[in-house]
Amino acid sequence: MGAPMTSSQNVNGPRASGLSGSLGEFALRVEHLGKRFGDRVAFDDVSFEVGYGEVFGFLGPNGAGKTTTVRTLGTLIAPNSGSATVAGIALSAGNGPAIRARISIMPESPGLYLRLTVMENLECFAGLYELDDVHGRIERALRAVNVLDRAGDPCGSLSKGLRQRVALARALLNDPAVLFLDEPTSGLDPVATREVHELIASLRERGVTIFITTHRLEEAERLCDRVAILNTTLRLIGRPDELRAKLFTRSLDVRTRTPLDDPTAVFGAVPDVEGWEQARSGYTLTVSDPDVAAPAVARALVGAGSDILSIAESRHSLEDVYLELIDEDVEAKTR
Amino acid sequence: MSLSWIRVRAIAVKELRDYRHNRFVILTMALLPLLFIVAPMLQLFTAPAVAASSKLDARVGISLLYLLLIPAIVPSTLSAYSVVGEREQGTLEPVLITPIRREEFLVGKAFAVAAPTLTIAYAIFGIFLAATKLFANPVIASAVFAGSHVLVQLLFTPLLAGWSIWVGIAISARSSDVRVAQQLSVFASLPPLGIVALMQFNVITSSTGLALALAAALLIVDGLGWRAVAAIFDRERLITGART
Repeated sequence: MGAPMTSSQNVNGPRASGLSGSLGEFALRVEHLGKRFGDRVAFDDVSFEVGYGEVFGFLGPNGAGKTTTVRTLGTLIAPNSGSATVAGIALSAGNGPAIRARISIMPESPGLYLRLTVMENLECFAGLYELDDVHGRIERALRAVNVLDRAGDPCGSLSKGLRQRVALARALLNDPAVLFLDEPTSGLDPVATREVHELIASLRERGVTIFITTHRLEEAERLCDRVAILNTTLRLIGRPDELRAKLFTRSLDVRTRTPLDDPTAVFGAVPDVEGWEQARSGYTLTVSDPDVAAPAVARALVGAGSDILSIAESRHSLEDVYLELIDEDVEAKTR
Repeated sequence: MSLSWIRVRAIAVKELRDYRHNRFVILTMALLPLLFIVAPMLQLFTAPAVAASSKLDARVGISLLYLLLIPAIVPSTLSAYSVVGEREQGTLEPVLITPIRREEFLVGKAFAVAAPTLTIAYAIFGIFLAATKLFANPVIASAVFAGSHVLVQLLFTPLLAGWSIWVGIAISARSSDVRVAQQLSVFASLPPLGIVALMQFNVITSSTGLALALAAALLIVDGLGWRAVAAIFDRERLITGART
């Protein structure tokens, strides 16, 4: 697990000094949390920690329990088991208002009042958070998401991408200690998605602690320091490269102009190569250390008179990790 | 538990701003009161001045009852929309994830419905009284101003509105469909009006004491309404749709 970063700033300027310290070591600490609706288990035995300033991705297929987890941590739903600390406050019904004052959740649907203007929407929420300097805060939040020039427009006249930005501005109004983004790019076109990604990246640079639920793996890989994969239970947690290392052996993809006459003789002679197999456009070698093995393999191929087109470490994406885990779950269920 | 009036105000102001742009609300606020002032005017202005006292009382009773339909029915349709309408629009969750307490949310909603309702109801009643005084036959006018008619009207306008608002919000908080909630709310808003009707028709012998006693009872019900509705306002159920 990566060391939690500390956070000192957010969209509305520097936080009160020592806020991170006063809230505890972790922005989120979840221990064996579970929620069921009748007989249906939404999520079970979920434990993880998120440090201040960290961008944490929560991945999983539809129905995995991601949104329910967020709603539980946001005190909208009461858990059936386990415990949690959110922004330094123990999760309980009595602490609901205090927790909700320190966090923000941007739901999957922006949920704006479409007949009201952007400014009127945000004024309402500034009141709900009992904020001072209302118009200053709204201006800074709208500037942070680049929609200040649309402040007087009715939300119903905005595009989907702009509505998402306004929802993000709304979520930033109260300088949240933890910002939950539930499927922030769901239903957006590629341009709007890229804009939202850029906004999240800028928030990350400002040190905002962000908890993103998504099933878009490239999004998690691009934005998150660590990710957790949830499929009712927590399947795996770590940095994307750690997850790849955990699930997949390291390997080299080798391409030659013509097939080798005797691959076993060539690759078997290289000490760092543990095995090989024919791939569609070359060979895949299982190696203990690609950095050591690659030059040795190159020498062996040249020695065998082969023309090398490429030698590269196999790159498993987060998608490979995800699919591997979900496939395991499907197999386990059908067994 | 103390309410945050800043949050109550935020909800009420938002609602009032939303009403301004909502055609359904504008029509409800404009057409129903118009209907309920035309009908009593016709009742009174077409009454023969020589009618027997009991018949005249009945006419006056019907006229005033029409006016009480304004605080009974207008808020019921608006309050029935207040929770389930937001839920259908997807705007409820963002509000509930702020520090707002359910009591603050409900009181804000109630204020937003009560303010225009009472303004319209009293304005219409004022117009009715002025028109009666100026244009109706003096015998009929004196029948309207006699006894406890005016007092009953003044007292029961906010009390009936309060009942309708809380019943409407309660139904709205437990419904999953706006139209069903509005239909149920209109029905549920009528029982207290029945008691007032019995007084206005002199079926129950009307007196200042009785009017005050009934008003006090309704005031208690209205005063406790927000607590009762808060008790059935279930965040989890509203967000997930699951019965808890």
